Amino acid sequence: MASNFGFSQDPHHMEAGLESPVDERVVLHSFSPLIKEASPSSEERREAVEMQDLAEEQDGDDQAFLSSSALVGRGRGRLGAKQVNPLVRARWSAATQRVLCSMPSRTIGRSQNAVISQCYNRSVRRLRRQSQPSIRDFSLSARPSIRGYRMEVTSEDEENTREQLVKNLQALSAGDRIRMLRAMPINMTEKSELRKLACSFKEKRPRSSTGISFFSRVKYYVIITLQHGWCSWLSFLQSLQLWQVAVKTIGGRFGTGVLSYFLFLKTLLLFNVFHFFVNGLFLVIPQAVNPPRPGAAEISFTGLELLTGGGYFTDTVMFYGYYTNSSLNETCQPSLKLTCAGAPDPAGCRGGDGATQMSYNIPAAYFFTTGAAFFVTCIILVYSMSKSFGQSFHIKKSRSNLTTKVFFSWDFKVIKKSSVKLQAENLCTQLKELLSEVNCRQVEKSQVQRLSWLAVHALAWTMCLASTLACACLVFFFLDEHHPLSPNDEASLLALPALVSSINLLQPGFFNAVAWMEEYDSPSVRAYVAIFRNLLLKVSVLGVLCYHWLGKIAANSKSLGLTCWESYVGQELYRFLLMDFIFTILDTLFGEFLWKLFSQRVLRRQRKPVFDIARNVLELVYGQTLAWLGVLFSPLLPAVQIIKLLLLFYMKKTSLMMNCQAPRRPWRASQMTTFFISLLCFPSFLGAAVCVTYTIWMLEPSAECGPFRKLSTMAMSGKSWVAELVNAHPKLAWLCWVHSHLVENPIFLFVVAGIFLIVTYFHTQVVDGQRKIIVLLQEQIENEGQDKKFLISKLQMAHEEKRSTSSPRQELRSREDSCMD
Amino acid sequence: MGNKQTIFTDEQLDAYQDCTFFTRKEILRLHGRYHELAPHLVPMDYTHDPDVKLPSALIVNMPELKENPFRSRIVESFSEDGEGNLSFNDFVDMFSVLSEMAPRELKAIYAFKIYDFNTDNFICKEDLEKTLNKLTREELTPEEVNLVCEKAIEEADLDGDSKLSFADFENMISRAPDFLSTFHIRI
Repeated sequence: MASNFGFSQDPHHMEAGLESPVDERVVLHSFSPLIKEASPSSEERREAVEMQDLAEEQDGDDQAFLSSSALVGRGRGRLGAKQVNPLVRARWSAATQRVLCSMPSRTIGRSQNAVISQCYNRSVRRLRRQSQPSIRDFSLSARPSIRGYRMEVTSEDEENTREQLVKNLQALSAGDRIRMLRAMPINMTEKSELRKLACSFKEKRPRSSTGISFFSRVKYYVIITLQHGWCSWLSFLQSLQLWQVAVKTIGGRFGTGVLSYFLFLKTLLLFNVFHFFVNGLFLVIPQAVNPPRPGAAEISFTGLELLTGGGYFTDTVMFYGYYTNSSLNETCQPSLKLTCAGAPDPAGCRGGDGATQMSYNIPAAYFFTTGAAFFVTCIILVYSMSKSFGQSFHIKKSRSNLTTKVFFSWDFKVIKKSSVKLQAENLCTQLKELLSEVNCRQVEKSQVQRLSWLAVHALAWTMCLASTLACACLVFFFLDEHHPLSPNDEASLLALPALVSSINLLQPGFFNAVAWMEEYDSPSVRAYVAIFRNLLLKVSVLGVLCYHWLGKIAANSKSLGLTCWESYVGQELYRFLLMDFIFTILDTLFGEFLWKLFSQRVLRRQRKPVFDIARNVLELVYGQTLAWLGVLFSPLLPAVQIIKLLLLFYMKKTSLMMNCQAPRRPWRASQMTTFFISLLCFPSFLGAAVCVTYTIWMLEPSAECGPFRKLSTMAMSGKSWVAELVNAHPKLAWLCWVHSHLVENPIFLFVVAGIFLIVTYFHTQVVDGQRKIIVLLQEQIENEGQDKKFLISKLQMAHEEKRSTSSPRQELRSREDSCMD
Repeated sequence: MGNKQTIFTDEQLDAYQDCTFFTRKEILRLHGRYHELAPHLVPMDYTHDPDVKLPSALIVNMPELKENPFRSRIVESFSEDGEGNLSFNDFVDMFSVLSEMAPRELKAIYAFKIYDFNTDNFICKEDLEKTLNKLTREELTPEEVNLVCEKAIEEADLDGDSKLSFADFENMISRAPDFLSTFHIRI
């Protein structure tokens, strides 16, 4: 056994302990810049901590020495949970403590200078990124840290680092500088000082150097103006924030999960506003201002039109049939020279006094507006979907549930007292469940159990698919037999939409009942399966309807006796949209309000019903699909959808506040938001776009109404307009070439789709590569930890050795002193 | 925006706009909220940078923070003296970091500070126990708390010192994409 050194409580020895760094100057030399970097105030605090540790240390120092030496003797190895961890159990000497406290990993955010030097490193990295050095410039090393992920501050002086940081900030572009400033974890006063220094140099430069060219000065002013404009546009947008207070209340009471439904509703509203704006500006207003020749008998307005969309509304801007297939004529400046095209009455073409007329070609406008609106919506959708994917990206590792729950599941938005209490209870329950899962291992299922599990699932799936098929057949036969095309009483037109909406309402209940008997691995799997079954139902019903409208009615419209099949389809979609809304109201009333009364009075349950987020979001997606399907046939349908969404928001909010409570299960908001946006993009928008494209390219428009009458397909209008334009202005021949080769040629579409797929493939590969790098870095952190343990124990060993050699000397000295007294 | 407000100079508002995630209107609204916490202490004229700090007790009673179990830690993390007395700059800083637009890295730094109760730059077992007790309102038994803390440290600690350093914390955040949406207070 190592000999006992007999530390006494003598203050002489305490001072010796404090002074020992002087002896170990050789050992500690490399750490001195780190120690110097610590600011004086924090140094004092650390000293105080160390003094406390020191007092305790003296008692246990020999024990610590024994244990640490024993452990170091055991050598480096993976420390299991049962082994003694030298970093925790051993009491370190004052010197080691001081070194430990000044290590960079412990000073993050503590001292101002450490933060500033970190910001400096980041700014250097940002500047380097702008000049893009290749990774080959760095020496090959096994450790990525040396390759440039972390660069050391070369200057040790505090003010020097700050100056360097300011210089780097000046060198960055204005946008980058603002982004860097905002992301710095230092307080506002310091930030505004840095900003002032950075900006003042920037302002001084144009004045001092006279050699700035006119061009760069103009560029500078343009950039500044653009930035000011962008800032004021953003603040204008924010002042228009719709429902800001409502969103805050809902978030405060129900949390992020339920809030995501309302935010999704807001997103849909914005899409519809955009569509309405585009349609209104380019289609509705020009046509409304120049009404076509009055048609047949005037139909009076009865209240039923609001529900059926027929009758009085048939011959209005609302539906396809109203739009002329000619150009509208307006007088304008003599300098504009556009010929009028396709006007049936040449006399109306040229105005008096030889003034040339400007004509607005409605068919071409209809075609291009619809196409452009769909294209822009597609781009916005794909962009928001990819952004959402990026935010919800995470490495899948099942073992980190507990820490995530403790640190990151508490929703800071919730501010109502009862909701906070509920959240705490939920968290408690989830933690208990997790603990019980962790403690007892999963029992292996026997063969019989596994077979029965499979059988139950197979049965459930068969039942769901069979019922979906049954519903689809029901709709199909109802369409064939009972749905009148031109009925005597208009109200019977509402039977089909009512049937479809009731299917959509009741069938998910059946699915839920079936899911009760099934056993799932986790609640999220259960949620996804329910959503998928619901989605399948809606897709099949909509598929049957689209086949009927576009396949049967459009093809055989004459034999069925319809004069204007597009208006008919538009009216059908209007009816479907409206019925969907009415049934949602009924569902909210009966489903939520009456169920709450029932469960509280009859079943005597304490808890109110839970707001079913997934089902409600699917309803929204379904409604939006109908709107997108119908916009070609009814340009004002987005307006109807806007009104519906506005009313829906207030209705759902009121019902939520009165009848519901927050969900008990944790709701992974970002994952689900990504999922919903991709649902909106893929089945919903893609399906609608495919139907619209098919209609435009393949179907023959009706011969007696609408802007595309007398054409073989709707797409011909665009072609003929471009051809006429080129005839009038031969210089625009390239436009005709562009149109015929790009818009009409399917090869172009294939090429675009191919490029899109290639880009997606590259991106998935990049993400894969990033995942691998993350795993590597994780391993590296573990290695660094091992290195740290090794070095600290070596340091402690060296210190103990020094102490063992110096203390016999001090004992001699003290004996001499006592002798001299 | 050509407004006639006299609370801040244009230069100050520009600085706030560049250094935080708020627009000018929101800064003025924040000043209104700050002022109504203590109308007799907070001046309406901030053009000369008055040195006014509101005590922690006033800030912690704001409706947005009142029911939050970490309210005192949040306010302490953003104060300069570590006691929770916030000047207007600190107040703006706090809500800027907790706003929707703050990036993940910035939120991670402050989240770590908030959960580090003894401010030693590590989340040790005692810090974890305090966090848990605040979250569950002490409804877990001490054995359960102990078990949860041990398991959590086992899961998250990568460098093996039985404490969570900032690197471990950041690693955890990469597995919790919901962090951005939960670590958010609307003002």
